[in-house]
Amino acid sequence: MKHIVSALVENKPGVLVRIAGLFSRRGFNIESLAVGPTEHPEVSRMTIVVDVADQPLEQVTKQLHKLINVIKLSELRMDESVQRELVMIKVKAPAAKRAEIIEIADIFRANIVDVSRDMIVLEVTGTESKIDAIENLLIPYGIIEFARTGKIALARGSKETEQ
Amino acid sequence: MKITGAEALIKSLENENVEYIFGIPGGVLVDIHHHLCMSKKIKHILMRHEQVAAHAADGYARATGRVGVCMATSGPGATNLVTGIANAYMDSIPIVALTGQVKSPMIGTDAFQEADITGITLPVVKHSYLLKDPREIGRVIKEAFYIAGSGRPGPVLIDIPRDISLAEVDFKYPDSIDLPGYKPTVRGNPKQIKLAVKAIMASERPIVYAGGGVILSNAAKELTSLVRFLRVPVTTTLMGKGAFPETDDLSLGMLGMHGTAYANYAINESDLIIAIGARFDDRVTGNPEKFAVNAKVIHIDIDPAEIGKNVKVDVPIVGDAKQILSGLLVALKTEIKSSKHRPWGAWLTKVEAWKAKHPLFYKKDKVLRPQFIIEQIYALTKDTDHVITTGVGQNQMWAAQFYKTDTARDFLSSGGLGTMGYGMPAAIGAQFGRPKSLVVDIDGDGSFQMVSQDLATAAAHKLPIKICILNNMYLGMVRQWQELFYECRYAAVDLGPGMPDFVKLADAYGAKGIRVTKNEQVKPALEKAFKDPSTYVIEFCIDREECVFPMVAPGAEITDMMMEKPARRSR
Repeated sequence: MKHIVSALVENKPGVLVRIAGLFSRRGFNIESLAVGPTEHPEVSRMTIVVDVADQPLEQVTKQLHKLINVIKLSELRMDESVQRELVMIKVKAPAAKRAEIIEIADIFRANIVDVSRDMIVLEVTGTESKIDAIENLLIPYGIIEFARTGKIALARGSKETEQ
Repeated sequence: MKITGAEALIKSLENENVEYIFGIPGGVLVDIHHHLCMSKKIKHILMRHEQVAAHAADGYARATGRVGVCMATSGPGATNLVTGIANAYMDSIPIVALTGQVKSPMIGTDAFQEADITGITLPVVKHSYLLKDPREIGRVIKEAFYIAGSGRPGPVLIDIPRDISLAEVDFKYPDSIDLPGYKPTVRGNPKQIKLAVKAIMASERPIVYAGGGVILSNAAKELTSLVRFLRVPVTTTLMGKGAFPETDDLSLGMLGMHGTAYANYAINESDLIIAIGARFDDRVTGNPEKFAVNAKVIHIDIDPAEIGKNVKVDVPIVGDAKQILSGLLVALKTEIKSSKHRPWGAWLTKVEAWKAKHPLFYKKDKVLRPQFIIEQIYALTKDTDHVITTGVGQNQMWAAQFYKTDTARDFLSSGGLGTMGYGMPAAIGAQFGRPKSLVVDIDGDGSFQMVSQDLATAAAHKLPIKICILNNMYLGMVRQWQELFYECRYAAVDLGPGMPDFVKLADAYGAKGIRVTKNEQVKPALEKAFKDPSTYVIEFCIDREECVFPMVAPGAEITDMMMEKPARRSR
């Protein structure tokens, strides 16, 4: 089962490897990981997606709590949080196909961030399924390159992403 | 006034009241040693191997309750510390390990004697620092000692690049700590304490299972008061020896793989386990599916990650054992006064019967047996202020079984990591920390040979430690497994070829040595050695094929014990 772990951590060297180490020690594969500073520059938020059973994950989250550099930690339930990913897709777009691709981009509210004679770079944000959908639609045109961020997430409503 | 980073480091350590640093110098530590040797408060103890330095800091910490400190140079010095750091981590022992590092601009260039020690030690430290700015020195040292010694204690490593030692800095030792991500829970939740009282009052066959956490939180007194008030049986882990007096009628000694039969029977038949500062290790539970299946579990631990890790817990109480046990006693006293409490007399009678039926035993004949030796050591030391340390393997298990430990911080053994070679270094650290105590290392020939070079350290400081080597010329515990489970095919365990003459070895280092081959020599030899102010090696040439019993085969149910050698194999 997929889990989203959201952690507020001190923005210091070595923090990422401490956190990653607790997952790798138990043989868990991190499916995606997104890190960036928060409104406080000394604090970063890490959003980690892992695919494991509940019980072993609980052991990892408890161990994560113990890391001195981890300030707050929570597991976000899919239905109680909003999640987004961002992807950039470089797709083949010869003149004859360009209009079709732009139409797909419009439907998905994707931005065109670069264009040249025979390719377009689209930027799409959304949920995992939305991004999977546009990817599938663009495959027939020929995807040249693809870069996808990890998932980022926040708890819904006024509730903070608490401990 | 500006001082160098090295001076700032020493001043910081003085502020933490460090008495001893166990270590070995090196290129990147030269500036630190240049100032350390001028310190009036801190003595550097020069070891012969860094692993021993880390174990000595660990032994010092266990014997005194203070934070132990070790220091090694960059590269191989630092990597040699790793085993000692891992050992402290597994047993939750507060040590601060200082390592030198190459100059900051050279980090990551494979410079001479460079090792990524913060990276290497990441999974075995409670926390670690790589200093980047000399102005951090005071803050980092203060945090390191606080983190090492508080909550669930553990090792903290500080890596110090040489340019940080050389830099000039305005130094002021901070007086407060700001660690937003580190707030250990100390006070137990009163609601949970109430639930525990309820569970205890409802139980018919309760047992206390106490571990090293009781000793770490200095809660032996509180545990003893609680147990004597309730009158329930107590078993301890190897790490918990000393948490409750083993000479008390209510003590069942150690449980688990080589625990007493009665402790294993009692815990498996209990209907309530009151676990305090213990972690249901596999050496304790055997097959966890069959471990105490009818028992509810109250689990008191300062580390929330221990709750529910290995067994299902009914009443978790997170916090410091000392506080929780006092709270529990107060609550129980009120409860028992107000209700018609039936004490657990029938249960105790049953436990007593197991005790009478399955005592620890060994063959009493002319053969020199290790159990007899430990009983003699016990008889001669029990009434004096003493510290017992052990190696790892058979010697350790015999010591745990036959040395009755009544007081906390007096039995030091490598539990979690099971580090052979721990005994003598721990004895060195303990003797520095407790100069007036009689420190006796009960060791094995294999364990001792892993660290024997540090006889030099003991002899150099005229430490009166007594190193009792139970010499069976084997890696005995592995041999025992091979005898019992692998058709007596003794593979890679015979230490006979190449066995040194330990008496001559002691003599070579300027220590004293004596060899014992017969039962009647044991007591006089021990008396002679214990009276002597020198470092003393006492070699006991014991029966080569003596085994540790009871024994639960790995992964078996803990009541499924082998009590003696199967008949067909006895020789």
